[in-house]
Amino acid sequence: MNLLELLGYFNYWVFAIILTIGLYAIIIKTNLIKKLIGLSIFQSAVFLMYITMDKVEGGTAPIIQAGVEDQIFSNPLPQVLILTAIVVGVSTLALGLAMVVRISECYDTIEENEILDAD
Amino acid sequence: MIFIFAVFLLTMLVITAVAIVRAEDLFVAVMLTSIFSLLMAANFFILDAADVALTEAAVGAGVTTVIFLCALSLTGDREKPRQGPRWVAIGTVGVLALLIIYATFDKPRLGDPDAPVHQHIAPWYIEKTTEYMDFPNVVTAILSSFRGYDTLGEVLVVFAACIGVLFILGVSPPRKTQQVTTKNSGLRHHLIPQVVGRLLIPFIVLFGLYVQFHGEYGPGGGFQAGAIIATGVILYALLEGEANALRAIPRGVLLGMVVGGALLFGGVGVVCMLMGGAFLEYSVLTADPVFGQQLGILIIEAGVGMAVCGALLSIFHAFAARESLS
Repeated sequence: MNLLELLGYFNYWVFAIILTIGLYAIIIKTNLIKKLIGLSIFQSAVFLMYITMDKVEGGTAPIIQAGVEDQIFSNPLPQVLILTAIVVGVSTLALGLAMVVRISECYDTIEENEILDAD
Repeated sequence: MIFIFAVFLLTMLVITAVAIVRAEDLFVAVMLTSIFSLLMAANFFILDAADVALTEAAVGAGVTTVIFLCALSLTGDREKPRQGPRWVAIGTVGVLALLIIYATFDKPRLGDPDAPVHQHIAPWYIEKTTEYMDFPNVVTAILSSFRGYDTLGEVLVVFAACIGVLFILGVSPPRKTQQVTTKNSGLRHHLIPQVVGRLLIPFIVLFGLYVQFHGEYGPGGGFQAGAIIATGVILYALLEGEANALRAIPRGVLLGMVVGGALLFGGVGVVCMLMGGAFLEYSVLTADPVFGQQLGILIIEAGVGMAVCGALLSIFHAFAARESLS
């Protein structure tokens, strides 16, 4: 396997690393906002994996140009899935943040261990 | 050349992610999240996903950051340092990362045209878009017609999340004393944001409308346009104060946009059924099936744009109004 072939997997490695960085933040951070940031990093990693799969060598964005024959297009299907997922992601993130705001108003803290102690 | 640039961007992405997790000041972490989204958008663009890059740039770098900052101003922006060992977590995620990297060697290489994902239904979509809709953007065609059910579901999720945020933040805060806070006048006293922002806002909204109505021909559509227009209005709210933004677009109008957008989408589906087709089968809308498809897609994209824009702005105002209460 030569270097260029190995670099073809680079996107997936970055996906794996970002995914686990997000997971690490979710596991170890006690601050609820930091947990949500970790969750959104995790989510972005999944987006990256889907979009990596859509690429076709020599391809272009899937917009058909009139009069140009034999165009290669990248796969539009993962793009559609992720396009909607990004907008849904921000809405659900806002829902999470709204809950954190309510928690901080009731407990005066957003550190998980302090909330558990207060209960 | 573009390959080296992609590797550079991806490396920056990893560095930014590490910096986000390490930052103890949450304000810094949120700002880095914004940079992270921008880098991610550039990556999407290199990987031929123009529509997704547009959405990620508007939503990830724009709206998400503002909502995070609103939440931070309500909860405080310092993270308490954590005591105790962390090697268990580091070990677990390290092993997991190695396992995933090991698994990637079974995956098809980046850009491999023979990968299974390119063999299934995607070529059919690309082939039939010209025949059924006669417009160039395959992504819009799939989003709004071929997989219209999915998109309707996504719009309803956005709708539900927006209603959830409004309910959670709608109850009055349990503060002991209601302090009288100074009226939030935005950045009106700062000359540079004022001048630059004023210049930018009309162009942002105009670009949003272009993306909305040109979505069949270039990268764009309702989701992107809704997010871009919401960004423009949020910028106005930051510059002129939230009260002025609410005077321009009142809460009732925003809620009407969310509900109306979702209803418009569903309503088109029902009209299709009444005219003898299946749910969301736009071909029956007019005598010419191709024109019917185009008309249906135009209307439901408008519904999506309204719903997304209204939902994001309602969420922003819900957080911002909380700020002035506590």
